[in-house]
Amino acid sequence: MSTEDKIRGYILENYLFTDDQSELDSSDSLLEKGIIDSTGIMELVFYLEEDFKIKVEDDEIIPENMDSVNSIVNFIDSKQ
Amino acid sequence: MQSSHVEIIRPQRLLRDGMIASAQRHPDKNAVVVEGKAYSYAELLHSSLCMANVFKQNNVLKGDRIAIYMNNTWPCIVSIYATLLAGGVFMAINPQTKSDKLQFMLEDSEAKMLITESQLLKNFSPAVKNYKGLTTLIISGETTSESAPDNVDYINFEDALEIAEPLGSPEKVIPNDLAALIYTSGSTGFPKGVMQSHQSMVFAAWSLIEYQRLSEKDRILLVLPIAFDYGLYQLLMTMKLGATLIVERSFVFPAQIYKRIEEEKITVFPAVPMIYALMISSHKKKKLCFPTITRITNTAAALSAELIPYLHEVFPNALIYKMYGLTECKRVSYLEPELIDDKPQSVGQAIPGTEVYLLSPEGEPVATGETGILHVRGPHIMMGYWKRPEQTSEMIRPGKYPGEKVLCTGDLFKMDEDGLLYFVGRSDDIIKTRGEKVSPTEVENTLIGIPGIKESAVVGINDDVYGQQIKAFISLDDGATLSDRQVKKYCSDKLENFMVPSEIVILDELPKTDNGKINKKILV
Repeated sequence: MSTEDKIRGYILENYLFTDDQSELDSSDSLLEKGIIDSTGIMELVFYLEEDFKIKVEDDEIIPENMDSVNSIVNFIDSKQ
Repeated sequence: MQSSHVEIIRPQRLLRDGMIASAQRHPDKNAVVVEGKAYSYAELLHSSLCMANVFKQNNVLKGDRIAIYMNNTWPCIVSIYATLLAGGVFMAINPQTKSDKLQFMLEDSEAKMLITESQLLKNFSPAVKNYKGLTTLIISGETTSESAPDNVDYINFEDALEIAEPLGSPEKVIPNDLAALIYTSGSTGFPKGVMQSHQSMVFAAWSLIEYQRLSEKDRILLVLPIAFDYGLYQLLMTMKLGATLIVERSFVFPAQIYKRIEEEKITVFPAVPMIYALMISSHKKKKLCFPTITRITNTAAALSAELIPYLHEVFPNALIYKMYGLTECKRVSYLEPELIDDKPQSVGQAIPGTEVYLLSPEGEPVATGETGILHVRGPHIMMGYWKRPEQTSEMIRPGKYPGEKVLCTGDLFKMDEDGLLYFVGRSDDIIKTRGEKVSPTEVENTLIGIPGIKESAVVGINDDVYGQQIKAFISLDDGATLSDRQVKKYCSDKLENFMVPSEIVILDELPKTDNGKINKKILV
């Protein structure tokens, strides 16, 4: 499974509680669509650290790295 | 003799007056900075007058309810002041609200107009289709005609603002008129609209300004939703003072907020315990320090005494305010920041210009140190709940003088020899999570609506970061199968995210008391 599919699958399952791919586009803003909140972002970071074996610093939790499936994929690529 | 310009000092009677006065005093000063973009007081007044004119052209009359269902944005702020200038009653609705509940609020308030944004289309579209009372829909942002609801013509916010002329003179309103309906969760499971007049909101805003020692030099950071009255008052206070409000959408990306605090030289940081807890957990890993901030304020849930030493480290120059309140009177009490280390458990004294006292359930005064029901006197108490006379009479009771009304909060407190308040407990079963009030009944009703669920019970589990976490217990109909993911999915379609249970436990049958009611005490 590609990184993009994995991330989208995780967000669909844990924040939208569905496996319907049409509910989330890889470019959708997680914040503007109200998908993620303060607690959700912490859970997401924890998941990325566990599953992709990367270390996310607090100052890396910014929209450029975390606000859409695409930005998260780019961020993981840059860390690996 | 040379005539000199005499500035006529006018009292601020109405909620809009503070913003108008600030715009006259220093039109070029920044009123708000929204996600990095600055808007002056002159721009705010001009845009609000233009939007008020759009409202008038769409037949908004004095007293009409205008629902503002938006994120923390410039159009949201303009819409609030446009409503006040047009003589309307604004309702700021949390953008996390889902379609069914939005529809309920529109119907309950008989709102005439809805102002919203294209990002929220999925939620407002079904509500608009089902609610017949709406005459005007205003949408901010790009909207394609296929996706918009087809039963009401919509106006694009930005297009309308661009061509509108400013309203010649604001609608005539007096201080007793209704300024806002603020919806709050009730123990019945349905939200109730708290009615606040201009005079009570103006009074409350000045009382808060006074004890927080705010001035027009302050730069206040808003990360809380404007739909939350604690967030709304940051806007109202800033405009009255002629200070500057730095507006962010949320606290989801803390690093971005930290950068903003430094860039914008923030002086006042209002938040809820969850935000302070997140900051402190980050501070423990890598030191955080915000020396420009001179006041931090907390409400919505208790700030635990253990956090306070860390707050002194993160905000070395800040006075720390612990406060207590409820939407029905905006704010009840605050602890003088000089007492924070000596009385860390207290939520302090009545806000300036108001009084609090404790009574027994029989209505008798209680002795110092004894538990009693908190009563509040002052100009800040609500007019009542919109179209809910019975629930109003439970909260608004006869006071000291014939005809006087006081607020019976129902919450249990103790008072020490210095007159300082200590929270003991709530008299209802409302859950406080992430700074929000959640009615267990509302969540239980949603769960029962799921095909296959027979019974449900929802309780709050104490949590250091969230205040409380929502835990749901359910039992299923014979033969039904449901996963906890399916249950959460259904809940998240109907309820705001903070109301979705974080844990679902499926039992064969829920425990009962002797009289057959679900025994929640065992479940906690």
